Amino acid sequence: MAAEAHVHVEHPQRESFWTRYVFSQDHKVIGLQYLLTSLFMALVGGALAMVFRTQLAWPQSGILQADQYLAAISMHGTIMVFFVLTPALLGGFANFLVPLKIGARDMAFPFVNMLSYWVFALSIVPLVASFFVPGGPLNAGWTAYPPLSALPQAAPGSGLGQTLWLVSIAIFCVSSLLGSLNYITTILVLRTRGMSLMRMPLTVWGIFVAAVLALLTFPVLMAAGILLLFDRLAGTSFFVPGGLVVGGQVIPHTGGNPLLWQHLFWFFGHPEVYIVILPPMGIVSDVIANFARKPVFGYPAMVASMLAIGILSFLVWGHHMFVSGMHPLLGTGFALTTLLIGVPSAVKTFNWLVTLWRGKLYFSTAMLFAVGFVSLFVAGGLTGIHLGNAPVDIPLHDTYYVVGHFHLVMGTAAVFGIFAGIYFWFPKMFGRLLDERLGRIHFWLTLLGVYGTFFPMYYVGMAGMHRRIYDYRAFPYLAHLQPVQVFITLSAFLIFAGGLVLAYNMLRSLTEGRPADRNPWRGTTLEWSTESPPPHHNWPGEIPQVYRGPYEYSVPGAPQDYLPQWEPEPAAVRAGGH
Amino acid sequence: MEATPQVPSPLEETQRSGLSLGLAVWLFSLLGVAGALYARWVWTPQSVTREGTSIQSLFDIILGIILVAFIVVHLLLGYFVIRYRARGREAALYLPHHTALEVTYTAVPAAVLVALSVAGMVLWSRVHAPPPPDAFVVEVRGEQFGWSARYPGPDGKLGRVDNRVPAPFNVDPRDPASRDDVISPQIYLVVNRPNRVLLRTRDVQHSFWVPAFRLKKDLLPGATTELVFTPTRTGEFDLACAELCGVGHYTMAGKVRVVTQEEFDRWMRQQARRE
Repeated sequence: MAAEAHVHVEHPQRESFWTRYVFSQDHKVIGLQYLLTSLFMALVGGALAMVFRTQLAWPQSGILQADQYLAAISMHGTIMVFFVLTPALLGGFANFLVPLKIGARDMAFPFVNMLSYWVFALSIVPLVASFFVPGGPLNAGWTAYPPLSALPQAAPGSGLGQTLWLVSIAIFCVSSLLGSLNYITTILVLRTRGMSLMRMPLTVWGIFVAAVLALLTFPVLMAAGILLLFDRLAGTSFFVPGGLVVGGQVIPHTGGNPLLWQHLFWFFGHPEVYIVILPPMGIVSDVIANFARKPVFGYPAMVASMLAIGILSFLVWGHHMFVSGMHPLLGTGFALTTLLIGVPSAVKTFNWLVTLWRGKLYFSTAMLFAVGFVSLFVAGGLTGIHLGNAPVDIPLHDTYYVVGHFHLVMGTAAVFGIFAGIYFWFPKMFGRLLDERLGRIHFWLTLLGVYGTFFPMYYVGMAGMHRRIYDYRAFPYLAHLQPVQVFITLSAFLIFAGGLVLAYNMLRSLTEGRPADRNPWRGTTLEWSTESPPPHHNWPGEIPQVYRGPYEYSVPGAPQDYLPQWEPEPAAVRAGGH
Repeated sequence: MEATPQVPSPLEETQRSGLSLGLAVWLFSLLGVAGALYARWVWTPQSVTREGTSIQSLFDIILGIILVAFIVVHLLLGYFVIRYRARGREAALYLPHHTALEVTYTAVPAAVLVALSVAGMVLWSRVHAPPPPDAFVVEVRGEQFGWSARYPGPDGKLGRVDNRVPAPFNVDPRDPASRDDVISPQIYLVVNRPNRVLLRTRDVQHSFWVPAFRLKKDLLPGATTELVFTPTRTGEFDLACAELCGVGHYTMAGKVRVVTQEEFDRWMRQQARRE
């Protein structure tokens, strides 16, 4: 393979196993570390979902106790948001792709990059440890609203488990900060000659905007988490008001306000949604253009809508708090900004549709997932018009309508983006293609499973079924919906089975996959100009220069149906006067 | 070098996968819409408050719009996926942008969303209008894991509450306004007049959620929140806690009884006699 090829670069010393695979400063190795860790955590988070879905479908089975159920849903949310979606995208793909796509030998700060991965790995330790402490992991949901999360008396998981969760999240915030700084700097200063901002592939744009959001919002979460730690451990009262009585005990705190936590949490929490959806929007644009053999329609509009989404995402957090008791006037403003963010989202969707129109579509697994992404993004995004409309949100808030909405629009859509990315870039990562037949099995299991799981959640949500309930038999008016719970659970099993197929496919294809050349998909962006996998420092010779935009597919008069960014103008096109 | 990605997606496979995907997209979107309509008209509770009915109407209008948008996008998506599957030697259309089209599909959603937003604002301010002075007042308290209620006596005032006072409902007996307060596990509301439900929690956050009212409000530790609305039908309605509040969250079910003014007055007289 290509590892022998890093002859020329200023890198004379031989690397040991440790510096090459463990404490590596190569962005590609770090990216794979992030990606594989995230995929492993996805199996953990998914397994938790399988267990609590079993409880929900067959409550009489008693597979979980009530506190274990709360621990399972809280950890599922935490793991999926913080330890799967965020690190897979702003960690895995961002690290692996940014230097390759912009024509850089590595990230701007390779040592900081290595540090960010290992700080991330460290943050998993307290999280996993919380499974083994008295009281178990947190019970308060991934949003950890105080006072429930602040007072050890309030729930079994609000003891040491909650403290460990806060420590884990705080460490994670540090890692995220180190990563974001690196992506932003690298994208701004290390682009190769000719790679202007408006020639960057949309994946890089998505990662760039997401990194800016992460840089500005994770510190807020970190501050909130540390304040909550103070409330728990040092007797402060940032979030706990006076005069509460929990379990017969008068709580000594006084003067705090639980709404403060909600504001701080969602000031992070809503941009976080876009942190995990902007990079997949980019990935999907890359994949669709490639397999439609067509330029992404409206590239400037795609960039502009990403920027608009990024800016607006700072101004919408209050839509999580319409019924929280915050001042009603705030609700009006947040409702307006929330609906406005639908406009750039709609523009992106229509642009993907037009990109498909009159294309020449090849349905590799990556393309199947990319088209699936568009469907899920629409299916999940449209109900945001209900939820973002303040009065309409009142009956829907904290019901399965919300669960269905966010799982489709930012959970599974982002996961579809990740899957599309894995099938697309696996050959670049490992020099071998993933098996397409297994890929199709994976896709169909996942697509059927996702629709079967999350669409019915809308329906029971309309019926008033509220979230985070261990056993619905206490609510007789929801009893008739029990068969739906069974249907949802069976569908969720399909998703998990699909995940296992992917894991098997990846393991098998590492050694048995069909070998890939440099550019197996006949793509146009810079990562396809180097070997698969690329050597340390990415190009054996000179860094290529960039001559054109990222999506020059099917240019009339061109000798082939794609014009790579790194190739000088071919004579035929010049003559064609295009 | 091949001009197109032939290796992993041979044409016959692309043809088959594209057809399956397009048909699946059509089928799912039809099933999805059918399910939504069924859930709306069969499962969704009939609203029994004036405000809830307005909310439900706006929900329905938006539901109509998004179902149409959902169907249109999925019909197009399915059609494009089937129609433009790679067939052989044809070339894709080179179309990097089209300003008029892009402006149109920016402006139309923007106009629709702003209009819906304005409709929402009007309704939102109605739902949050200050309560009329003659509103029926009840205070509902949530705690881990149950509900109780307090009604002002003849003085029309609720007395002061202090969680440290070891009295029922932690009502402070030193406050004269508290002497005639009636405390009960039963939550009564009065039909066809504005009701002002004051919401208070003793411990962690809870949320007052009556699906048939189509209304919900959090109980915020350290503060009193409220819901103001007019029930339009008598009867007994299910109450649930909609905010995760601890291990017993799933047991925090209750009932709200909407009665006529006469029934309520009779009940209050009984309570007063009992005290």
